[in-house]
Formats: sequence, C-alpha cells, structure tokens
Amino acid sequence: MIELKNINKTFKAARRNAGLSEAVKALFKKEYTYIHALNDVSFTINDGEMVGYIGPNGAGKSSTIKIMSGILTPDSGECIINGRTPWKDRIAHVREIGVVFGQRSQLWWDVPVADSFELIKEIYKVDNATFNKNLNELTELLDIGEIMRTPARQLSLGQRMRCEIAASLLHSPRILFLDEPTIGLDAVSKIAIRSFIKTINKERKTTVILTTHDMQDIEALTERILLIGRGKILLDGTLSQLKKKNSTRKTLSVDFLGKISEVSHGMSISKMMDGHAEIVVETDIISVSEALSIISNQVEISDLSVTGTTTEELVVSLYREFEI
Amino acid sequence: MKLYLKYASIILKSQMQYKASFFMTALGQFLVSFTAFLGVRFMFARFNAVSGFTFAEVLLCFSIILASFALAECFVRGFDTFPGIISNGEFDRIMVRPRNEILQVLSSRIEFSRLGRLLQALGMFAYALHESNVEWTFDKILTLILMLTGGFFVFAGLFVVYAGLCFFTLEGLEFMNIFTDGAREFGKFPFSIYGESVLKFLTYVIPLALFQYYPFLYLIGKSDNTLYMFLPLLGMLFVIPCLLFWRFGVRHYKSTGS
Repeated sequence: MIELKNINKTFKAARRNAGLSEAVKALFKKEYTYIHALNDVSFTINDGEMVGYIGPNGAGKSSTIKIMSGILTPDSGECIINGRTPWKDRIAHVREIGVVFGQRSQLWWDVPVADSFELIKEIYKVDNATFNKNLNELTELLDIGEIMRTPARQLSLGQRMRCEIAASLLHSPRILFLDEPTIGLDAVSKIAIRSFIKTINKERKTTVILTTHDMQDIEALTERILLIGRGKILLDGTLSQLKKKNSTRKTLSVDFLGKISEVSHGMSISKMMDGHAEIVVETDIISVSEALSIISNQVEISDLSVTGTTTEELVVSLYREFEI
Repeated sequence: MKLYLKYASIILKSQMQYKASFFMTALGQFLVSFTAFLGVRFMFARFNAVSGFTFAEVLLCFSIILASFALAECFVRGFDTFPGIISNGEFDRIMVRPRNEILQVLSSRIEFSRLGRLLQALGMFAYALHESNVEWTFDKILTLILMLTGGFFVFAGLFVVYAGLCFFTLEGLEFMNIFTDGAREFGKFPFSIYGESVLKFLTYVIPLALFQYYPFLYLIGKSDNTLYMFLPLLGMLFVIPCLLFWRFGVRHYKSTGS
C-alpha cells in the first residue's frame, strides 16, 4: 500500500543569462529561482495495482518516483509505503522495491550480465533457492538466457533493458517502479517488455507504477492513470472513464468523388484534400449515420472509416485542458 | 565485508578488461611519487638537515605518510570520483539498494592501480628503516602501526568531507585537495618546519599532525612523552564529524534530472 499525503518539494535553481560576461557576473551574485517540483501531491495506490503515471517533461514524475523510492527527501508531507517512510527507513524500504530507470543502467558495464546478477544477489542478501527460482523464471520470461555471458556494454538497448528489468526483480520486490522503461526501444522489444510487465503484475501480484510518454504503454498496461502537471495531481481515474468522457467525438475519414459543399451543425471538417476529407462528428448533437447520409447526399463515397479518440489524442487534449 | 570483496572482484574483473591501461596507471602512480622522493634526496645532497631532522628521519616520515595515504586512497578513494557518481545519477542507484551508502560508494571504486603507490611507499619504508637509527622496540612498532591507521582514518575522513560537499555544489571542490594530495606532499617533512601556526591548525582543526608530527617525535626519540604515541587514536575521532557531515549532505541530495 502506497500513501502520499500533501507532499511538497522545491528545488532551488541558479539562473543567469547566456554569455561569458553574464557567467562572470554570476560568479559573484547569483539569482535563484524556486521551482515547485511537487505541490501538495496526494494519492493512494493499493497492493497489486498497476498505475500509469503520466505528464509532460518536468511535470514532477521523476521527483515523485524518487521520493517514493527513498532517494529524495521532500520538504513537507507524508509518504507511507508498506508502513514505512522511505527516506527515514531507507534500507528496510528499498529491500521491498525494485526500480528501473530507463535512462540509467544498473548493470556493471564491463562484466557479463550474470556477474552483475550475482553481485545484486549479494547486495540484497537473496538466498540461493529464491535467487535460482527467480533467475530461471526471469530468464525464461524475458528470453535473456543467451546473453547472460555477454558484458553489458555489448548488448543492444532492447537486450539491456530486458536485463535491467530482470535485475530489479531478482529480490522479489512487492513494488516495482518503472521510469520510462520503453524509451528508445523498437516495436518488438516494447511489446515483449509490456507483456512481461503484465505477467509479473498478474502472477506475482507486484504493484507496478509506470511513468512513460508512450501512450501505447498506457493503453496496453494500465487501467488507472494519474496525470501530473506543474507539480500537481490533475487527474486520477481509469483510462476507460476518461475515454468515455471524450468518446462523444468521432472522426470520419472519407474518400469520395465530387465535392462536399456543406455540413450541418455538429460536424466540422478538420482536413480537406482533393477527394479525401476528415470530418469530426459530435455524436451528442448528430449521430454518425445522420452525418453519413448528409455526406452521401452530396458526393459518392468510395471509402470510409470511423475512428474514436486515440489515447494519444486524449492525452494531448488533457494537457491542453489543464494548460500544462 | 563479504560484499566489499564481491565488489572488489567485479571491479578487478572490469579493470582487467583493459590490461594495458591498468599496468600503465600503476606504473605512472609509482613514478609520480618516486619523483617526490628524488626531490627530497637532492635537497639533502645540499643540506644535511632541515630544522633539525636528518635525511633518514625525513625519509621515514615521508614513507609513513605516503603509506597511510596510499592505503586510504586504495580503499576509500571511491569518494574522490564522487562528483561523477552524483552527476551521472549513479547515486540514485546507490540509494535504492538496501546497503549503507558509504560502503557502496567506497566499494564502487576500488583503485587497484593505486597499489603502485603503495608498493612505492613500502619500498621507501624498507629503505628508511634501513637508514634510520631507530631501535625497533615494541612501543616503537606500536607507534608506527598507530600512525599508519591514524593516517588512514584522517585521510578517509577528508575524502568523506570532500564527497559530502558535492551534495551542495554538485561539483568537486579543488581546494579540498590541499588537505589530501597536498598533505601527502608537504607531509614529507614533519609539520613543525612550517611554523607554529600551521602546526596549530593541523593539530586542532584538521588533525594531520596528530598522526604525523607528535608520534613521529616519539618514534625518532626526540620526545619521551608516551602520550604522543596514542595521539593518532585521537586523530581517528576526526571521522565522526566527517560522517555526520555526510549524513547531513544525503538529506540535501537533489539528484539530477533524467
């Protein structure tokens, strides 16, 4: 169980204008700005949940993850994870969590992956039986058996990420934090990692908190999403709820012969080319079939597709709605 | 301890991936301190004594400080690369592992190539022992051991402070080197030759003199005060404020963006 209450965190950042003379000036007199990285953040996550934590760059996602994993100490507020405060009881706390930073490696660069795993076993004091069981399971699920003897520096990004994830699960953590786990990966690796995360969540009942910019990750994995912007939690709900709220809008894409000269109330043309148009229909004003008959009265339709809002668009519209 | 050895073995494995680099660095380290030794040697070719200390005595003093420094460097210098550990985000990783941060930083960078310097110190030590007229009784040997361990702890403390400062500046502070590498260099002469005020500073503020000057006087028989023999123990206490400072720093750790 993860409980955050009124967490605040401010960073002090030096600010100066570009240029050498400004740099010299800054040596003697510094101007600081205070950045409110987190502003009164509160939420609760239950055991076994899988939560997507989204927001634009600099919104405070990483800071929250760092506070929850005991790296940062917040200025004020309460955070209780499995009954402990991470920054006060760091060592006991981190024994029960696994953290993957997509941009940073935890493997030792120059030695085979297997050696890194051995060292991790030692660091977490995992007993032999658990270690072997976990290792076998992870090797199989992530398909890393063949690359265990290769030094980390010679792995491709996709291979390395699979090893990173395995490395953070060797001590059977109850909570797994994933900070942009699919960043920079190709489609095949992304899918492999997503299905793995799903399996782990379902079978081991591991709580998963995932930050990402990849909306497909969110769509494939999480039911619940938390949206953060400018250090504030803006939204906490399920993906389907959100979609329902935004699903009154459909997009018709039409290939046709002739010319569309008028559309009725509740329809708007978002794109118009010679012989192809995209028309947005507000279904609470006019139904899709009515809209279609209006179009087919004017032109001969040769091809047609109807799409609802994608998650990608949903998030963009959310960002716009909250002005972040 | 077992973990430290594990770390040591993995680092040794990594460093052995670059064999040439490893041996060249070790050789380089050896040569650097060898030139320092030559400097002392040539000076004494012109003068017979400095502030009443003979060549053999200075040599002994130098080899002791060099040996304790080399020991500290070999095992504790992880802190020297600490600015790097902070700025590349490695410290985040350290914080999410269920072990003491200091132990992890220490074991993440063990410099085996510094063994070159240790070897050098041992060589000089053997030479100095041969040259000096010290009669090696039990208490003299104990003094020597205390000097070495005291030196190890004080230097270790300085490395910790150096690293702790990085929490506030995110960058290493070069001035700290005056007390680490600097101490090794000017520590080749007993501190009294630098004058009263320097000696006071090094006694009460940064206790380098506690393991070098005072016990050294006892060692070479210039003083009979047995209290001097145990002063290095007092010097070791220096690590306590250093560790407290470190803790205070961890609380202020800001991490870097990712």
